[in-house]
Amino acid sequence: MRRRLALPPAVLPALGVGLFVAAWAAAVALSRTRLVPGPLDVVRALGELLAHGLLLRYLVASLFRVTWGFVLAALVAIPAGIALALSRRAEAALNPLVQVLRPISPLAWIPISILWFGVGDGAAVWLIFVATFFSLLVTVIRAVHDVDPVHKNAAWNFGLDRRRLVRQVIFPAILPQLIVGLRLALGIAWLVVVAAEMIAVDSGLGFLIVDARNAGNRYDLVVAGMVMIGAVGLLLDTLVRRLERLPAVAWGFSG
Amino acid sequence: MSDSAARSDDRLGATARVLLPVGTTILALLLWQLLVTLTRTQVFPLPAEVLRGIGELLRKGVLWSYVGDSLRRVAVGYAVAAVLGIALGVPLGRSATLERLVNPLIQVLRPISPLAWMPLAVIWFGISDLAPIFLIFLAAFFPVVVATANAVRTIPPMFFRAAQNFALPRGALLRRVLLPAIVPRVLTGLRVALGIAWMVVVAAEMLGVDSGLGYLILDSRNAGKRYDLVVAGMLMIGVIGLLLDIGMRRLERLPAVRWGFQE
Amino acid sequence: MTPGRPKVAIRGLGMTFTTPDKQVEVLRGIDLEVREGELLCVLGPSGCGKSTLLNVVAGFLRPSEGEVRIDGELVTAPNPRRIFVFQERGVFPWLTVEGNIGFGLWRLSEAERRERVAHYVALVGLQGFEHAYPQELSGGMKQRVEVARAFAVDPDVLYLDEPFGALDSITRLQMRRELLRIWQREKKTVLFVTHDIDESVQLADRVVVMSARPAEIRRIVTIDVPHPRDLSSPRYIELRDGIFEEIGLAHRV
Repeated sequence: MRRRLALPPAVLPALGVGLFVAAWAAAVALSRTRLVPGPLDVVRALGELLAHGLLLRYLVASLFRVTWGFVLAALVAIPAGIALALSRRAEAALNPLVQVLRPISPLAWIPISILWFGVGDGAAVWLIFVATFFSLLVTVIRAVHDVDPVHKNAAWNFGLDRRRLVRQVIFPAILPQLIVGLRLALGIAWLVVVAAEMIAVDSGLGFLIVDARNAGNRYDLVVAGMVMIGAVGLLLDTLVRRLERLPAVAWGFSG
Repeated sequence: MSDSAARSDDRLGATARVLLPVGTTILALLLWQLLVTLTRTQVFPLPAEVLRGIGELLRKGVLWSYVGDSLRRVAVGYAVAAVLGIALGVPLGRSATLERLVNPLIQVLRPISPLAWMPLAVIWFGISDLAPIFLIFLAAFFPVVVATANAVRTIPPMFFRAAQNFALPRGALLRRVLLPAIVPRVLTGLRVALGIAWMVVVAAEMLGVDSGLGYLILDSRNAGKRYDLVVAGMLMIGVIGLLLDIGMRRLERLPAVRWGFQE
Repeated sequence: MTPGRPKVAIRGLGMTFTTPDKQVEVLRGIDLEVREGELLCVLGPSGCGKSTLLNVVAGFLRPSEGEVRIDGELVTAPNPRRIFVFQERGVFPWLTVEGNIGFGLWRLSEAERRERVAHYVALVGLQGFEHAYPQELSGGMKQRVEVARAFAVDPDVLYLDEPFGALDSITRLQMRRELLRIWQREKKTVLFVTHDIDESVQLADRVVVMSARPAEIRRIVTIDVPHPRDLSSPRYIELRDGIFEEIGLAHRV
């Protein structure tokens, strides 16, 4: 980092994106492929989806499933994680089960989830729940273990009972790490919903990709879908990062 | 007497540490057995049936070849992702300019599920081993790049100043200061990426390949509702994933690396 | 000074830590009485076990041998009547100064709590910082928050474990003065652990000089200089040098 270029902040990122798009367009033109779309085709495709109202509808469907699966997983994983982390016995007992179930790709659950929930929203939400649950559980357990023993001792000293300990010390103490974990879990949920929709349901951005290809090799729609997925995923991530600035949490991020 | 808010259980004896998980696993199996028999489901398998299914796969000789194929695809995709990821991550971490240039691309590409690349992968690689390998590469690539860039960015500047002080030439700086310094964090990133790669292999093997654990799961259902094989496949995926993770964690304990994990 | 009955009575205290490969004896045969309202310093080199002693007396650890009694009652667990003051990192980073000081006061009504907190904010001189978060405060200020938090619940005994260790030496001097001022106001029994010889002679009524591990009591020195102590008075210097010698240190560098 020898010389520092004094450019306005938006220039470099825009340049990077611009170079990428240019390279993309060049590659498509040069290879004379009839299938892979160029940047302009994709933009047109996005317009088409918007005009037909499909873009919004699919987007909402995907977000709906993500929200349900994610919220349910958080509601179960956070209390469960805290309880497990505070009891050595419970953690020792359940840890192997968690460790074996965790690496099982959510997609491997597809046949079972279709069996249990049929093809539709239920299966998709279940897949997202499974994926998000384990990620959050592990995060919460580690965060509770990371709480400075000084704080736990202080709570003990002041005579706090178990409920107060969790409410007034443990939970605020793990909040920064929890938010990071929620952000990662949200990312995972978003990845899974797309995959789930490619197989198990009939709406949503993932379905759009599969359908566009199957119904007529509309690869411009396929890539348009991909761009939407990337953009929304990034947006969700940015929103959660905003949470990291709240004072009740910011203390955990200042190095 | 004591409120013992913070003191739940103290050290667990060695016996407890073994008995408790064994006990819960047995309980879980019993619960499984109970639920299946009670609901009288025709399709969901009993634990014993799953075991028989595994035996069947062994006898037919497909078990090891499926496991091997899945592992092979992961290995190739992962290895390429690791090498390219580190190769890109180091300059990204060193140059803020480069990072600002490339970062938006990474941020937009990263949330796109590898599966969403499937149609393109088929166009580019056809129905061969390369398509799933490409998906696995995509899945593992981003975590490695981000972890490496992060690791490089957080190297304490005093290391570089010391190297300058000793008049270390560029190549030696890379070899003797930068790379050793980032090993712990990069290793953690590699471990996470391996977990992700192993997860994606299931999705990747849906691309018309005809072997592998992911294929086993989907084919068993599609070809004949063999849910015993489905669950068998799931369990094997879980166990192998766990073993991979444990293996990587062992690497993190080597003394040449361990220093990075002691705060 | 109230003629003390032993507030804290420590008898035959011993502590051995057992790890898988070895046993470490940290404390041996500690017999000590602390009088009510006394400020007692436990002095020793780092790592000698004095923090362990304090943790046992406070109830965070069970001793391997011996017992601790406070007001005649056996100590088996920590208790809000005896508050432990950690270093400034014991302050809760997610609570404001007010929130921290009021932490132990949940049994009081809202009005009482506010009044109590205001009193102790003023006592430690942090007016104006009630809504500040710990990360906005200096080390000395954070330490004052922790002291205020401890005093706010009106305990009988306070345990301070090298509370000023993380502060620079100038702030340390100021904090010692603050502590004495608060102690004289509130008249609590204080057990104070430190490795700083000057600190012990400046603050304590009595200094308990500990040996290296396994820690035993070498000597108990009574500091009969009234507060405020003149750091250049002959008696002060005599007492301080005596402790230097006890520890076996020359007083020339």
